Amino acid sequence: MSATAQDIARDIAELRARMPRAFGPSPRGRAARVLGWALFAAWLGALLWWFDFSPTRIWNGLSGLFVILRQMIPPSPGEHWDAILKGLAESVAMAFLGSTIAVLVAFPLGFLGANNVVINTLAHFSIRRVFDGFRGMDQLIWALAFVRAVGLGPLAGVMAIAAAETAVLAKLFAEAIENADNRQAEAVTAVGGGRLLGIRFGLLPQVFPVMLAQYLYQIESNTRSASILGVVGAGGIGLQIAERIKVRYWDEVLFIILLILVMVAIIDTLSAMVRRRLIGG
Amino acid sequence: MLSSATLGAEHSYLARRRARRAATLGYGAVMLVLLAISARVAEVYPATLAAGLPRVGEYFHKLLPTLRAEALFAGTQTEGSLAFWFYRLDSWAWLLFETSQIAALATLAGASLAFLLCFPAAANLAPNRAVYLLFRRTLELFRTVPDIVYALILVWAFGVGPLAGIFAIALHTVGALGKLFAEVVENADLRPWDGVRAAGGNWAQAVRYAIVPQVLPNFLSYVLLRFEINVRGATVIGFVGAGGIGQELYAVISFNYYEEIGAIILLIMLTVAAIDLASEQLRGWAAGRGA
Repeated sequence: MSATAQDIARDIAELRARMPRAFGPSPRGRAARVLGWALFAAWLGALLWWFDFSPTRIWNGLSGLFVILRQMIPPSPGEHWDAILKGLAESVAMAFLGSTIAVLVAFPLGFLGANNVVINTLAHFSIRRVFDGFRGMDQLIWALAFVRAVGLGPLAGVMAIAAAETAVLAKLFAEAIENADNRQAEAVTAVGGGRLLGIRFGLLPQVFPVMLAQYLYQIESNTRSASILGVVGAGGIGLQIAERIKVRYWDEVLFIILLILVMVAIIDTLSAMVRRRLIGG
Repeated sequence: MLSSATLGAEHSYLARRRARRAATLGYGAVMLVLLAISARVAEVYPATLAAGLPRVGEYFHKLLPTLRAEALFAGTQTEGSLAFWFYRLDSWAWLLFETSQIAALATLAGASLAFLLCFPAAANLAPNRAVYLLFRRTLELFRTVPDIVYALILVWAFGVGPLAGIFAIALHTVGALGKLFAEVVENADLRPWDGVRAAGGNWAQAVRYAIVPQVLPNFLSYVLLRFEINVRGATVIGFVGAGGIGQELYAVISFNYYEEIGAIILLIMLTVAAIDLASEQLRGWAAGRGA
């Protein structure tokens, strides 16, 4: 028994000497790994120190959070049912209007940004970079700017959604158009149709289902974001949440959050139904 | 004279076209009614729109700096120079760095927790259906509340500052990444898993040696994608007092310091684009490792 164990140990030592890499990383690899983890730990430690992650602060925060959570239960609608329902309706309306405007504006822009429609490389590149740049701006920044421009209320929210999503949709539409089969448009041109007719009967039928699907998806995702735009005063249910958080009516806050979840679920279901009916699948 | 077959085909083609036009008109009418209702609910009337649009144009025009070509590269004292426009570039750059670090730390924290929660939330690894449903529903709960709402609440608990923002973004990230991670795990090859289990490994060992090596590259690319989203999120959580460049942006927008608004927005756009580009490169590298 012990003889076999010794044999095995000897074999292992011999194999290790012959093929060191099969038993683990080389000393240099190991050093690089240790150095990597050390750098990571240093970065993490520096950030924790910078952002003031002291145990007492976290403990105080957690106990404060616990108090808030205890006051949230049971959720209650409070006395302003009408304001809450109006806010929810406003959010849905804002999402719908904003998405529709964004689709209408992004539609021609998408064709401008597609390299099989606008063939000039420089124009194509700069148009796409402009789309990218505007995508970097969060919807809430737009909302805040529009609130300053046109005043508090859902109009600012509609404009914010439309402005932010136009850039997103234009990019997606441009990609869909680029992925379309160009030969159908060429066929239309070959039988005597102009450039515009080629786009209308050659490209559009291919990309229309993609655009429709994107539109429906935008309505879903904007319903979520329209529920928070009110935090900066751009209308919708977010205003109701922000007001109740300011006066610490936590039970009503939880109630509104739950209502938002229900609203989002309903919109998702409706949109899935429409998608099945129009596009199939 | 055309044959009756051709005439019949023409006839049925016209009938189908009529039916399709009627359907399109019907959908169009429904859309118009819905739009009218929404416009009424959201108080978007043609008159308010007509009054609002010029003001929007005016506002965004004011955000543009007045630059003079001959003084473009002059010092901070010369009006019309780039340096004059970005006269607080150092503090803005620092705030943007803080914003990116808030996003990085929140992504790291959220991804770590999501990593722990995703294996029991995968239908193929969960010990039983109850555990699976429990973990899936928990992740859904985290995911459905937007990070700005978490931030609003956490600012009360943790006080104004980046701490609340980090926790807020991390909480939302747990839910978003946990679901994606669980779906990756559900698509993993289970034969290595069977091998480790057959060799006597327990559940945790099987996850470590059979599943993790398969799914790690995909996890990494989802984490990077989420980091890009969280950078955008971190630029606005400052609006509710949770740290980063958002607080500064909120202040300059409130005080109508037009040129500074334009400068900060431009810096945010550039930073987000730069981080997106870098992360895209890393994602390509992670995908290469997975192949």
